Amino acid sequence: MSARIFGSNHPLIAYLMAGYPTLDRSLEAAEIVFKAGADALELGVPFSDPIADGPLIQKASTVALRQNVSLRLVLDMAGRLSGSGKPIYIMSYLNPILRMGYAEFAAQASRSGVSGVIIPDLPVELAAEWVRTAWANRLGTVFLATPATSTPRLKKIAQNSTGFVYLVSVYGVTGVRDELPGYTYEFIRRAKSVVNRPLALGFGVSNPRTVSQALKAGVDGVIVGSLLISKLMDQEPSWVEVLANLESTVHALKQATSTTVPTEEGK
Amino acid sequence: MAKKKVGWFGDFGGQFAPETLMEALSALEAEYSKIRRDSTFRRELNYYLRSYAGRPTPLYYAKKLSDTVGGARIYLKREDLLHGGAHKINNALGQALLAKRMGKTRVIAETGAGQHGVATAMAAAVLGLHAEVYMGSEDMERQRLNVFRMRLLGATVHPVDAGSRTLKDAINEAMRDWIANVSNTHYLVGSVVGPHPYPTIVRDFQSVIGREIMAQFKKSVGGLPDYIVACVGGGSNAAGSFQAFVGEKKVKLVGVQAAGQGLASGKHAAPLLAGSVGVMHGMRTYLLQDDNGQIQLTHSVAAGLDYSAVGPEHSYFKQTGRVEYVGVTDEEAVKAFETLSRSEGIIPALESSHALAYAIKLAAALPHDTKIVVTLSGRGDKDVESVAKFRGSKL
Repeated sequence: MSARIFGSNHPLIAYLMAGYPTLDRSLEAAEIVFKAGADALELGVPFSDPIADGPLIQKASTVALRQNVSLRLVLDMAGRLSGSGKPIYIMSYLNPILRMGYAEFAAQASRSGVSGVIIPDLPVELAAEWVRTAWANRLGTVFLATPATSTPRLKKIAQNSTGFVYLVSVYGVTGVRDELPGYTYEFIRRAKSVVNRPLALGFGVSNPRTVSQALKAGVDGVIVGSLLISKLMDQEPSWVEVLANLESTVHALKQATSTTVPTEEGK
Repeated sequence: MAKKKVGWFGDFGGQFAPETLMEALSALEAEYSKIRRDSTFRRELNYYLRSYAGRPTPLYYAKKLSDTVGGARIYLKREDLLHGGAHKINNALGQALLAKRMGKTRVIAETGAGQHGVATAMAAAVLGLHAEVYMGSEDMERQRLNVFRMRLLGATVHPVDAGSRTLKDAINEAMRDWIANVSNTHYLVGSVVGPHPYPTIVRDFQSVIGREIMAQFKKSVGGLPDYIVACVGGGSNAAGSFQAFVGEKKVKLVGVQAAGQGLASGKHAAPLLAGSVGVMHGMRTYLLQDDNGQIQLTHSVAAGLDYSAVGPEHSYFKQTGRVEYVGVTDEEAVKAFETLSRSEGIIPALESSHALAYAIKLAAALPHDTKIVVTLSGRGDKDVESVAKFRGSKL
């Protein structure tokens, strides 16, 4: 199910924090994001200590936790969205998953129609048990690679990733960035040359121009998170206007993915 | 989980770090394994420990305190006499020298009570590194003196307003900084916590405490002590005090955690007594967490113990039973703080006062020929305002 979005298309994967601003409203936001053209959803699970996230996602996480949004509630939400037919990935720090237990979490995620799981603080060396459990439950595993990742590690990360490899664009945490540094594009080219899996770029992909540049450099898809969270944080007069703003943002990003001509090696 | 593997203490420890840090952790591990056998490095570190920090620290027989308690004899390992006022300088100097070896120009640190921040600022100043320290804004308030000291020493102090605004949140923010600046920055972790190799590196740099205790005790008292008692937040002074004695089965090792307002109140910082196993800050260890795996807020009158996790080797010692872990409340710790001040003229840090409070309780029930060594990890000048507040008075 998950690889399909990379077939003939440059997918736009939208990240939203489950439970931000409320559980119901994050569900509405997800529906709008799909309507505006997002090809898949990365659903963030709130965590008390999100060390890989910048201020925007930290804040969204805190708000969601204040409403007691748990991993179980996030899986319920994924289940309600699975009717869209679009892949849903869960992004969670390790501890909430460990607390539920790998086996129970994988079984429930699979039942909720989740395509894959991203765990930013589980390095590939320590992931054997998780990967086995996930695959046994027909759940995809997505690992992150960063500009700091050596080429041998990149290969190992690719071997353990199903669907796609998540390329982290920068040395840094999640956040809105006007543009990406030159080394990001070098990293994309390096990853492209050794990874035989689709590549999706995230962390700081925040405007259509960056989307086009990333696709031209060879990534297959893009992940946009903090920008969408910032749209949900805008002080618009009404929730309807917040959603309209979110919809036009996603629409513009999707336009950038559809109009960028794939490079030769990207095909 | 993996056993007897590098970076693990039984089932505890590991390297649960974001991908950006994995290569940096490997590089740190490689460099550390080189310097630990390098006599030039050892000589340089020993020079700074002796001539700059004030090692060795005395092992002092607290006769008046022991007589007052009326039981076992209490000896104090005087880490409070070190430059900066706490054991933290042992590790800060070691890691700052290591950072220089790796060509890093900038060090970052988290701090709770501010003692590690001060030690980092000092080590950075003397070794020509740039230091930035993350500190919870609640801790900045209750440890104002140390904030001023750090700034005076040339360090930048960043307040952290997230979560409980204490040590855990300062570590989160320091890790985020390291992720962004890993190429020129060394994260100078202040306790035996974090992803491998930190728990090992920090323990090794602190193990000088236990080695000195052993040699001093043999020389001035004879034989080995019966008990070693140290406080455990992250657990660095305890890990350093215990290390030399782990193989000496006759020596009982006791780690004292912060029971805050009592374990039953839920307002404490004692994951080893009331927590469960999980993963945070890069390590598998005992944590205070809720049913959904969210990390819980902690409470202790001692900022340096106010942490929801603990070093993974302590989790291992708990599991194997090699170390006994006990709790001491805010009230008991403050009482010990006052008792030592009056009986010996030594003002102990509130963190160390937890170890002292337990040792006093223990000593009262034991015969006079029993010998207890308490690691006095720091001095309490920084705490006088907190104690005054606790007692409902003003300075």
